[in-house]
Amino acid sequence: MLNKQGRPTTPAAAHVEHRETFTSNRALQLEEALIFDVGREDVCGVDFDEPAPFKARLGAHARKASTGLPGLSEPEAVRHYVRLSQKNYSIDSGLYPLGSCTMKHNPRLNERMARLPGFSDVHPLQPVSTVPGALELMQDLSHWLITLTGMEAVALSPKAGAHGEMCGMMTIRAAIEARGESATRRVVLVPDSAHGTNPATAAAMGFEVRSVPAGADGIVHVDAVKALLGPEVAAIMLTNPNTCGLFEKQIVEIADAIHAAGGYFYCDGANFNAIVGKVRPGDLGVDAMHINLHKTFSTPHGGGGPGSGPVVLSKRLAPFAPVPFLKRDDKTITLVEHAKGTQAAGRITAFHGQMGMFVRALSYILSHGSDGLQQSSQDAVLNANYVRACMADLMSLPFGNRPCMHEALFDDAWLKDTGVTTLDFAKAMIDEGYHPMTIYFPLVVHGAMLIEPTESESKAALDLFIMTLRDLAFSVKRGETERFVGAPHFAPRARLDETRAARQPVLRWTPRKPVLAEAAE
Amino acid sequence: MRYLPLTDEDRELMLDRIEVAHVDELFADVPADKLLKAPLDLPRHKGELEVERMLSRIAAKNMTASTVPFFVGAGAYKHHVPASVDHLIQRSEFLTSYTPYQPEIAQGTLHYLFEFQTQVAMLTGMDVANASMYDGSTGCAEAVLMAHRITRRNKAVLSGGLHPHYAEVVRTSSHLAGDHVVTMSPDISATEDLLAQIDDSVSCVVVQTPDVFGNLRDLTAIADKCHKHKALLIAVFTEAMSLGLVTPPGEMGADIVVGEGQSIGNSLNFGGPYVGLFATRQAYVRQMPGRLCGETVDADGRTGYVLTLSTREQHIRREKATSNICTNSGLCCLAFSIHLTLLGNKGLTQVARINHANAVLLADMLAPIAGVDVLNETFFNEFTIRVRGKAADVVEAMAQRGVLAGVPMSRLLPDAGLDDLIIVANSEVNTDDDRRAFVDALRQSLSN
Repeated sequence: MLNKQGRPTTPAAAHVEHRETFTSNRALQLEEALIFDVGREDVCGVDFDEPAPFKARLGAHARKASTGLPGLSEPEAVRHYVRLSQKNYSIDSGLYPLGSCTMKHNPRLNERMARLPGFSDVHPLQPVSTVPGALELMQDLSHWLITLTGMEAVALSPKAGAHGEMCGMMTIRAAIEARGESATRRVVLVPDSAHGTNPATAAAMGFEVRSVPAGADGIVHVDAVKALLGPEVAAIMLTNPNTCGLFEKQIVEIADAIHAAGGYFYCDGANFNAIVGKVRPGDLGVDAMHINLHKTFSTPHGGGGPGSGPVVLSKRLAPFAPVPFLKRDDKTITLVEHAKGTQAAGRITAFHGQMGMFVRALSYILSHGSDGLQQSSQDAVLNANYVRACMADLMSLPFGNRPCMHEALFDDAWLKDTGVTTLDFAKAMIDEGYHPMTIYFPLVVHGAMLIEPTESESKAALDLFIMTLRDLAFSVKRGETERFVGAPHFAPRARLDETRAARQPVLRWTPRKPVLAEAAE
Repeated sequence: MRYLPLTDEDRELMLDRIEVAHVDELFADVPADKLLKAPLDLPRHKGELEVERMLSRIAAKNMTASTVPFFVGAGAYKHHVPASVDHLIQRSEFLTSYTPYQPEIAQGTLHYLFEFQTQVAMLTGMDVANASMYDGSTGCAEAVLMAHRITRRNKAVLSGGLHPHYAEVVRTSSHLAGDHVVTMSPDISATEDLLAQIDDSVSCVVVQTPDVFGNLRDLTAIADKCHKHKALLIAVFTEAMSLGLVTPPGEMGADIVVGEGQSIGNSLNFGGPYVGLFATRQAYVRQMPGRLCGETVDADGRTGYVLTLSTREQHIRREKATSNICTNSGLCCLAFSIHLTLLGNKGLTQVARINHANAVLLADMLAPIAGVDVLNETFFNEFTIRVRGKAADVVEAMAQRGVLAGVPMSRLLPDAGLDDLIIVANSEVNTDDDRRAFVDALRQSLSN
């Protein structure tokens, strides 16, 4: 097609052949070298004045050899990192349906609030009398988290979800020690659908892990739990809603059973986003639960952290929260930093936890309010069910076409004998401009595809996503395997050789052997 | 609600498509008597302006580091971070991406992690580093567990110069794992006899330099004795900037190096988020906790990066994993890496020299004051003073005079009989006026 000026408005034909460019760049897709290849030791992007002469007090400890670290001027550095950023997919650029990860919108107000000097430019060890605002913020966040979960107390210091698991299980260990049963209660029950961190945490706490099989309907049954209970059982670690995207509907009976047997109920709160303001874990019999502020309360994932994993605790476990914690009397808030004279289970990090994340989370919570938080959970669940309902005729649902919580789990039964695997399907989504869903997790389902759209997606965005999934699914059924097996075709990189990376690990840049000028000529 | 795109009409259409009448039917598995019928009794949603007002009011109650003469350290440090660092880490593609599980569309994150790992290895003088830990203290606890795995022993010896909070974190995790810890008495003058502690039962010795009192320590003899007994030396630092000026632990024979990276690229943030640095020798790579990024090639032969050696991790190993950690401190290590790239060896050396020079200036101003002793023989940017009376009261009184003077040792170790010590940190942000204000406030606070 040509426009009135004779300018072609549609390409004559798609370029299928591989066209090389001189730079290896492809228009906006820019190749970028390592800083070690382009930076120089004597270049610096920051200006300093030389200090007045002074007598060094380093003793015999002065560094003799250069670090060899390369430097870049500011324009070079800015360009380097901007170019790198363009190689990343992000929630700001598109739908990011990673199941169990809750990739929701990250409000920019939260970033601005976290950067208020009153929060970002305050030292964890300056006199407590100079930081009443910091304690007030932590107290306000605590109040919201405790009320939303229906629990007694919260330990704020855990730095991530898995760190929260450690904190929660630590309080359980301490409670059992206080009862004088630490020699006998050594077993923790973990369903086989659990996040891998659950058994890893239990083992790191010195517990023996015993696996609970899930029922054919994807949930844990109270009878299966009862069959494993005994005086040696310290706790059960249960994710609710679980990793199959289902609410554990026998949870109250399971909690009663574990309590009757003298054990504690740890709930993995990774999927709390489905139920905020809809049901309180405290009403279900939970003794400890971590909350991923970076999932449910929108603090940015940042390419893999920093996270934040406060743990809410029941009345029975609250006294064992690690230091530091806040103690609130009528009007004053005290920061307790030392375990002496308390039952605290120790200390799990140097300071008070992820303050920067507390501010962001509270900013999110205040913005939503109790009504907005409830609506968010409902929309998250609605969006996931919409995807499920619209895909149920083409993709296979391991537990039948029934309502799910905030994520929809498919398996690969529908891909059988097509020559396309879950991985291939995921990589073809990349070519369509989507980040793939979580794949091959949970382990209890073959070729799992776990889709969590979150409440941040509009109906129009979901409709386009669903149409794309349907187009891909039809393509599979038509036998167009080349669309999948070689995918992604249009990403900055094709599939990467992970086996080679693991067998011959190259974990850092090393200087190349110097090339002699004569040899080069 | 500005963050929720669905309209009521959308919701109706979607419920129809799902073939349910009401959204609560989707919550049918929740026990009916537990389902909340109305929103909880908490405030309703608020606009940006209102939230900004509320939080700004709370923030304004804190005394901020940039507005006063500031000398607080002991594990977290106030440094100037170039404006471009915070701008770059707020790029959407860095800020709002997940862990790089789909490497084809996460090369940005993986590329900088590879650079970060290399920078940390070069800075510490070690072979390899991981993609960061939560912070220095948790990294320290993980290092001890790693040493136990390598040596198949379970007794750690902690130097009396190790930050007391780090020691407490190690003791907490060791208690849970059933391991033994020997903690040496607080060692103000860096004269403790660690060599006498090392025998065939010891898994690792943990020594900090600069130590919590600011002293610089030579680790060579400890490393030699450790290696003679097949134990490991874990070297710790809380001030990463010191490595621009002092001998790196790798050159002194350390087997594992862990430290806090906050002081490069990151704000104080009242304690977090920070970034733990973790480096070791090539031989121990497969026992290292945390994420690792590695170089490889794609199907077309082009160089690219992936997360690797994940067989150490929980999603594969479950209860046999090397650690339960499944996250790093992504954005904070990006900030660290950008700041260090802006500095390079030249800038790092320069800023480290300014830090040291400022510390020397203040130490020289304090030495002549009656009732004040500077205790350190050597230091980088932090030293310890002994004052007449209770250090906590002096620091409090100086704060009332608008000077944040440092950390009283009693804040870290309340029952150690060290109530008269203040740890004083200096950096490039301190001016001559700041130091004069420190001296004046200290004089006035002592005479009370």
